[in-house]
Amino acid sequence: MSNHPESSPLSIHDMTVAYQRRRVLWDVDYAAPAGKLTAIVGPNGAGKSTLIKAVLQLIPTASGDVAFFGRPYREQSGRIGYVPQRTSVDWDFPIDALGVVTMGLYRKIGWFRPVTRKYRQQALAALERVGLAEFASRQISQLSGGQQQRVFLARALVQDADLYLMDEPFAGVDAATERAIVELLRELRSAGKTALVVHHDLQTVAEYFDEVLLLNNRLIASGPVEQVFTTENLRRTYGGKLALLDLVGSRMSTK
Amino acid sequence: MTNFVRVLLLQDYNTRLVLCGTLLFGACGGVVGAFMLLRKKSLVGDVASHAALPGIGLAYLIMESISPGSGKSPVWLLLGAGAGSAAGLYCAGLIQRTRLIKEDAALGIVLSVFFGFGIVLLSIVQSLPTGSAAGLSEFVFGKAAALTAGDVASIAVASLIVLSVCAIAFKELSLLCFDEAYAAALGWPTRQLDLLLTSLVVAVTVIGMPSVGLLLVVAQLVIPPTAARFWTDRHGALTIVSGVLGALSSAIGVVASALVPRLAAGAVIVLAGTGIFIVSMLFGTRRGVVWHWLGQFSARRKIGQLDLLRTCFEILEQSIGDASPVECDLTAIPISRQQLLDARTWTDARLRNVLTAAQRDGSIRLDADGNFRLTVEGTRLARRATRNHRLWELYLIHFAQTAPSRVDREADEFEHVLEPDLVEQLEVLLEQDRVRARVPVNPHA
Repeated sequence: MSNHPESSPLSIHDMTVAYQRRRVLWDVDYAAPAGKLTAIVGPNGAGKSTLIKAVLQLIPTASGDVAFFGRPYREQSGRIGYVPQRTSVDWDFPIDALGVVTMGLYRKIGWFRPVTRKYRQQALAALERVGLAEFASRQISQLSGGQQQRVFLARALVQDADLYLMDEPFAGVDAATERAIVELLRELRSAGKTALVVHHDLQTVAEYFDEVLLLNNRLIASGPVEQVFTTENLRRTYGGKLALLDLVGSRMSTK
Repeated sequence: MTNFVRVLLLQDYNTRLVLCGTLLFGACGGVVGAFMLLRKKSLVGDVASHAALPGIGLAYLIMESISPGSGKSPVWLLLGAGAGSAAGLYCAGLIQRTRLIKEDAALGIVLSVFFGFGIVLLSIVQSLPTGSAAGLSEFVFGKAAALTAGDVASIAVASLIVLSVCAIAFKELSLLCFDEAYAAALGWPTRQLDLLLTSLVVAVTVIGMPSVGLLLVVAQLVIPPTAARFWTDRHGALTIVSGVLGALSSAIGVVASALVPRLAAGAVIVLAGTGIFIVSMLFGTRRGVVWHWLGQFSARRKIGQLDLLRTCFEILEQSIGDASPVECDLTAIPISRQQLLDARTWTDARLRNVLTAAQRDGSIRLDADGNFRLTVEGTRLARRATRNHRLWELYLIHFAQTAPSRVDREADEFEHVLEPDLVEQLEVLLEQDRVRARVPVNPHA
């Protein structure tokens, strides 16, 4: 663990992840810059979600090591906020929006101790930040997809983490939610937090993010958007699908 | 008759005893089952109970070979049952970890293999000279009526432990059930929590075996929580309701079997649980089928009424031409059936229904000339419905992209949804449209 910089919220050394014999991530070497919004971009099956799950030790890695703020994950898990894909849970679960957000506080509350008023109020404040205070006591299946996504965000926000890992928060949400999420990401950045966000929409990368990490089973490139998010790098990331890339490229050059 | 009263008043010591034991088991099954249902692992209870059988058989054979005659000791048999359940679940877990086959298939395989093995062991036991009297089949089908005070005492202790664990670790288990990956990312030891929950299932299996028998244990893990889901949308309440329903079905089963000679309590408990389930499914306050139908019906009716009134108003607007609808006496103008049919895509039957309902409400009257006319009250409602509908459509057109979360609301509650100044703005818009087009405008046009 010697050569992990403490300044980087997330540093990855030579990480390889394999499902059975198929390698999903090869020798990923990356250090996330602190206080920036970073998009993780790549085609389907490039291992974007896998990257997040592997650094959080939700799936085993074949090799490599990972540090958060220079320390192992186990010591830092309280400083990391995770926003899983919305489709990863059953929204028919008997719980209301406030209940889900409160789950972000369970670590702080501690083993076997009840959720008190103080914590419920913190959770409500987080719901308010994502604009869902009035939906606090709604059963979660009665929320729209975008609202569900915002509940997940609120659950991560309430942790008051320093690093946020978000798995496709923009997938299948309405325009209002997309704006709310972007707003929130900027708030986090101005509070000095770092966010790594799996992102699908190439058109908005430059607008929403400072940094980009291009991934296609290997790390293709990483760095500030204006240097790294180039047609050439995108071509290397996405291979043949050029029509879209040229469009993005021309947009980038006119900016 | 006296027997009937005796049973219902619980004057019988034995009935009280049996009731106490099965009540506690029912509550445990309901509470633990609620977690399993929400984890989508109800089948795990099935495996735990079936896999207990070879455990019982092996325990008997081992104890008999160590010291003949000791095989019937219920403590060892139940320990064997617990070990069998645990082994079965462990095997299912091992198979799943290879990710080569799906969970349900893995559980199904383990269940059948263990149960088959158990039956083989049981026939070996039966062939032994001491075996036929061993009464191992009681563990399969249960024998609630023969519970002893000692049995009930151990059921009580074990049940209280299970219930306390569920109460103390409720928050943690709830998190595990809802979002295991998130729990793990937060640093919760999800594997240990999962182990805890599995141990609780094994415990319930072992507790229930002497009373309802291993085949029916699973019913108490699955039926009460499924029924409880129809009554509440809160996990805490669900767990409690599920426990209560489990206890209730046990009580019904025990009392019924005490009333009718030779009726096996275990089977009646399950049947009672099923009855509770059916009632919950129909009348449950949260998602009961009957309420759903009624809600659907009344919504359809309400929409029909609003549509009818609005259609009437639009027809009247056309017939008065340029005159202001506020000044005319709208109640005097006739509306024919054909006009209504032409205005909307209603079938003849549907139109008849909404018209009958409107006449009953007193908003429309059928006059001797065969035409319909709005009543004074009907005119007021129709004007309001039309105005709300148009404002709502304008809102959707002009403002909705700023707040799609509001779009699912009904048009007629819309003054409560929107801020007053927004309503004012909309009214200005509506007025502009009216001036521009002379005719009160349909925003679709």
